[in-house]
Amino acid sequence: MKTQPAAWLLVSPALLVIGVFFFLPVVAAFFMSLTDFDLYALASLKNLRFVGLANYLELLHTPLFWKALGNTLFFVVAGVPLSIAASLAAALLINSKLAVLKPLFRTAFFAPVVTSMVAVAVIWRYLYHTRYGFINYAFDAIGLAPADWLGDPKLAMPAIIFFAVWKNFGYNMIIFVAGLQSIPAEQYEAAELDGAGSWALFRHITLPALAPTMFMVSILTMAGYFQLFAEPYVMTEGGPLQSTVSVLYLMYEQGFKWWNLGTATAVAFVLFVLMFAVTLLQIRFAGRGLEE
Amino acid sequence: MKRTKLKIERAGVNLLLVLAAALTMFPLAWMLSVSFMAPGEASHFPPPLLPSHPTLANYRELFTHAGIGRYFANSVMLALAATALSLLFNVGAGYAFAKLQFRGRERIFKLLLAALVIPGQVAMLPLFLILKQMGLVNTYFGVLVPAAASIFGIFLVRQYALTIPDALLEAARLDGASEIRIFRSIVLPLLSPILVTLAIFSFLASWNDFMWPLIILNDKELYTLPVALASLAREHVQDNEMMMAGSVLTIFPVLLLFLAMQRYYIKGLLMGSVK
Repeated sequence: MKTQPAAWLLVSPALLVIGVFFFLPVVAAFFMSLTDFDLYALASLKNLRFVGLANYLELLHTPLFWKALGNTLFFVVAGVPLSIAASLAAALLINSKLAVLKPLFRTAFFAPVVTSMVAVAVIWRYLYHTRYGFINYAFDAIGLAPADWLGDPKLAMPAIIFFAVWKNFGYNMIIFVAGLQSIPAEQYEAAELDGAGSWALFRHITLPALAPTMFMVSILTMAGYFQLFAEPYVMTEGGPLQSTVSVLYLMYEQGFKWWNLGTATAVAFVLFVLMFAVTLLQIRFAGRGLEE
Repeated sequence: MKRTKLKIERAGVNLLLVLAAALTMFPLAWMLSVSFMAPGEASHFPPPLLPSHPTLANYRELFTHAGIGRYFANSVMLALAATALSLLFNVGAGYAFAKLQFRGRERIFKLLLAALVIPGQVAMLPLFLILKQMGLVNTYFGVLVPAAASIFGIFLVRQYALTIPDALLEAARLDGASEIRIFRSIVLPLLSPILVTLAIFSFLASWNDFMWPLIILNDKELYTLPVALASLAREHVQDNEMMMAGSVLTIFPVLLLFLAMQRYYIKGLLMGSVK
């Protein structure tokens, strides 16, 4: 292949930035996770020692690490399907032939996506307020017992999940709407002539046609949900009883509060490996289903 | 018979849409309403829906005592700088990956795409140390540097640049135009819609970014809106009215930008997700 000199002129600045400020730190992170990098090493690199897999082994014996892992998995396993279901439901409504004012509704559903996570977390912390929050007021009005949403270890994570679904569903909705619009109308017309009801249409035409979209959306959404951080940081500070400490929250505290950078990079790598493994599993199973 | 059924269905679909939209917009509407309430007014049960005497007291307090004007200016400046850098670095690279020949082009591009599975946070701790060595912790340079070139940005521009006809570029080359001239006077104008998209994405990403500026900035005067808001939220747990005003100032600029540029934003979202 002949090389055009202009190509390198255009490409190398970006590659240099990505190389120095992304690839290099990722490789460095792996080596750091094999050292006891802490406050003393930060002062002088002479205090740095190679410890092999000790950071990883220590994590296995740290209850808070397991707690953070469990909390994050709960957030992903409950949050991703809920989020996708809400997106799909909204997309079906927006895409319906019977719907009016579609652009307006689309914008309303999408608005939370572009908002700043910190700002909306502040709003929701107030909505969930035990005494003055609107959610308890609504519960009270329909005769349900009020709850200490963010103060009860059993409820804090579900409350954060509900908030996350509200914030994110508009994003995948847009992708689903595009997927729905690419299904040929003739397919529906033919099935309707055969007397198929709306559930049968959804089950046998819409869902199979959306399978590739669903596959991609679930991988991207899961990757996003694994990176839970700002919600617990603003709304609960990891509490109550560490019930909302996520893996990234643990990394942040270990790294930038206690300066245990060796441990923190090990936590980051565990998250990476976990995300990678889950994505591979999805490609393996869902990918096979798609080929059939 | 069939017409009545259709009428009911139409009413049902639109009723559901209205309910869902009301539910979605309620938190934002309530934020706006509470931000105009007098301090303490929202701390009542049942929570008031509208301010009894609308006031700008919370905004005044934020600007005079909490210094939010400063954070607002910081956020605007950083988001503009991040947008400029993103255009500077990603556009040329995206075009080159689509239309110019160079050794290893396909392999490098595949490597970049594969790297998308690495969460950015893995790089954060060593990046912090690297920037500390360079004396760039607690500077805007440190905030901006990881966002300057992005794999997503390059990908976005490349996908769009692939649609430029080769014949057009070849004709310009035959006329003796240099590659830089071609890039400036033929390619850039053709790419302008995707440049708008990339600019909006970069601006929003920088404006809403939280974890990295939280890590890299120590001085309060340098804080961006989200970082300042999170710190205020920890200090002022009880001042709901003021916190809502702070959220309004953080959310509305980007919400308005999105409303004005919706078409470009949605296009980018769909391009970026169809791989």
